[in-house]
Amino acid sequence: MNRPLLLKNARLIDPAAGTDTRGALLVKDGSIADLGTDLNSAPDGAEIVDCGGKVLAPGLIDMRAFLGEPGAEHRESIASGSLAAAAGGVTTIVCTPETSPIIDDPAIVDYLLRRARDTAVVNVLTSAALTKGLRGEEMTEIGLLKQAGAVFFTDGAHSIANARVLLRALTYARDFDALIVHHTEDRDLAGNGVMNSGEYASRLGLSGRPIEAETIILERDARLARMTNSRYHAATVTNRDSLDIVRRAKDQGLKFTCSTSINHLSFNETDIGDYRTFYKVSPPLRSEEDRLALAEAVSSGLIDVIVSDHNPQDVEQKRQPFAEAADGALGIETLLAAGLRLHHAGHMSLPVLLRALSTRPAELLDLPGGRLQKGAPADLIVFDPDDPFMLDPATLHSKSKNTPFDEARLQGRVLRTLVAGKTVYDCTRTDAKK
Amino acid sequence: MTAPAQPKLPYPHRHLLGIEGLSPLEMQALLDMADETAEANRQAGKRRDTLHGRTQINLFFENSTRTQSSFEIAGKRLGADVMNMAVASSSIKKGETLLDTAATLNAMRPDLIVIRHQAAGAVHLLARKVDCAVINAGDGSHEHPTQALLDALTIRRNKGRIQGLIVAICGDVLHSRVARSNIILLQALGARVRVIGPSTLLPRGIDRFGVEVFRDMREGLKDADIVMMLRLQLERMNGSFVPSVREYFRFYGLDAEKLSWAKPDALVMHPGPMNRGVEIDSEIADGAQSLIREQVEMGVAVRMAVLEALARNLPNG
Repeated sequence: MNRPLLLKNARLIDPAAGTDTRGALLVKDGSIADLGTDLNSAPDGAEIVDCGGKVLAPGLIDMRAFLGEPGAEHRESIASGSLAAAAGGVTTIVCTPETSPIIDDPAIVDYLLRRARDTAVVNVLTSAALTKGLRGEEMTEIGLLKQAGAVFFTDGAHSIANARVLLRALTYARDFDALIVHHTEDRDLAGNGVMNSGEYASRLGLSGRPIEAETIILERDARLARMTNSRYHAATVTNRDSLDIVRRAKDQGLKFTCSTSINHLSFNETDIGDYRTFYKVSPPLRSEEDRLALAEAVSSGLIDVIVSDHNPQDVEQKRQPFAEAADGALGIETLLAAGLRLHHAGHMSLPVLLRALSTRPAELLDLPGGRLQKGAPADLIVFDPDDPFMLDPATLHSKSKNTPFDEARLQGRVLRTLVAGKTVYDCTRTDAKK
Repeated sequence: MTAPAQPKLPYPHRHLLGIEGLSPLEMQALLDMADETAEANRQAGKRRDTLHGRTQINLFFENSTRTQSSFEIAGKRLGADVMNMAVASSSIKKGETLLDTAATLNAMRPDLIVIRHQAAGAVHLLARKVDCAVINAGDGSHEHPTQALLDALTIRRNKGRIQGLIVAICGDVLHSRVARSNIILLQALGARVRVIGPSTLLPRGIDRFGVEVFRDMREGLKDADIVMMLRLQLERMNGSFVPSVREYFRFYGLDAEKLSWAKPDALVMHPGPMNRGVEIDSEIADGAQSLIREQVEMGVAVRMAVLEALARNLPNG
């Protein structure tokens, strides 16, 4: 790691600056020491890698992934999840707190970060629960948890029904400049729905979850965020009406941001087809019109962040009748390739796509990455955006195999992933292993 | 602003319902009277007979050991006949309305009624329905005027003045009648008042009370002359307003490190009863900078002064 590394003959994409240029980049002591079109000499003893004209960009930052620890190591572990991340070009992961025990105590944050330090090949950060036990009743120790290292506060896939609880948490969090990430879904309206409400659910004979379950809570939250002027982030917006609410909140100048998941950008409700449970996610996949509107909103920057919502489930939880199967899909290893579909379909340029996958998350989490800049950490990826392949689930590094991209045709392959200047994934080496 | 020692300025009101509405001169007059009383209270012969023949009723709808006994001692030292109404066993618990209780008590012809009630404005309501003088001993989260007066007296005796001092009021301002009365009183007497607490424990619009608002305790304590801690009620500690006792103590509990941000000669106050290890470290509560016990002493003096001042204004006085 002490040896400098020159990545030359690269297509440098800096989503923070919105630039796409040719050049080279020099890594020294874990950081970007220099970069540019004119850079072509390396210091003595430097390792030199020819990128062959492929893209060199900041590593992806995934704000939402379930890594199994503690308590669900059969589904995923920090080690396996981080290998999947490295292979997918993700250099920083933020864990969800829905573990067992729940991450709602500073000691568990501390434990998790130590586990990550000892077993992960990429940066693993953690969020913490916003309410104790994810019960939606009493706020957690936001100050102590933040000091312990929690990067934001969320009840994961649980939505806080009690507006007063959320108001108090938002009010309190502001004093610590803490970011609150909230899953917006009215529990009663969502009921026992298992997919988007509408004609398709009716034809399949499945109970539906209306978009209003999402928009009513999102609208409420926008008003609470306005009362408190706190940093609020909607965890997963999935439909056109939600985008209107986000737009209005942003126009009011609130510190109001949002994510959508790669699933909602890649699929719609009809992908469920013949009750395919790998497409059962929460919130549910919506219509094709909604999917296209989400892609447009990522392109315009209205949607700040794309998350993988990586949710490994063991096969037994998915081999069930659709209504009884667990929610969730693998996502971290296919995040970039799935994102590139949006690029190839003409929705957005590469810098714009990468902005939602690296720069914006870095800004929201106050991380130094997400940009190609001198002094920034050398968390980098080299990828070929065009290379076509068919996804074989057997090649995935995750402990679980519930990928909705099973045998999908994808374009775009990660060639190399570096974390703090150290290569943690090299496609030429790992392919041999497989 | 300082009132001349002689002759005393009169206190021209029938009741003491709050600090709000008092002029600075009236506040000073009460403090001057209380200051003299405090000296007298340290002598062996504390008993005066200025309230001889008067009847004082302490009507406490909320449990209070300290304030009630302070008023009881004050009345007795002045020679009044003091009766404590035990609300828990009274007809109020049997469903009688507040106003019926007031009418009943009024018919017994008391001269002074000291009232504490859990609802803001309840004391004002009662005051309109009785013929005697009424003292507010705390109404909901509204006012607690004798506490503010005793705090001011304690400050004045230790610092020699109130004008120009920086007073930081820390903690649960939202639910505190002590904070509201103190903000009005101390500002009227020329202090610079700051409030410090988590946003969940600060009332909306507090920035329009003329105070400086801080969410960071160290910033708020910087250069403070007086650090006034407030009590955090148990039911507000675990997740409703603040996440936990340990988090509250870490960020808002007064310990030696945080106190070091205030002036070296800063003095520490607390209206009691204290939660040691919640809002205040024992080391500080019992330390050289603490005025907490002197506050209790001044409480009796202030209440005697208030009872005397009001008794002078009684129609048959």
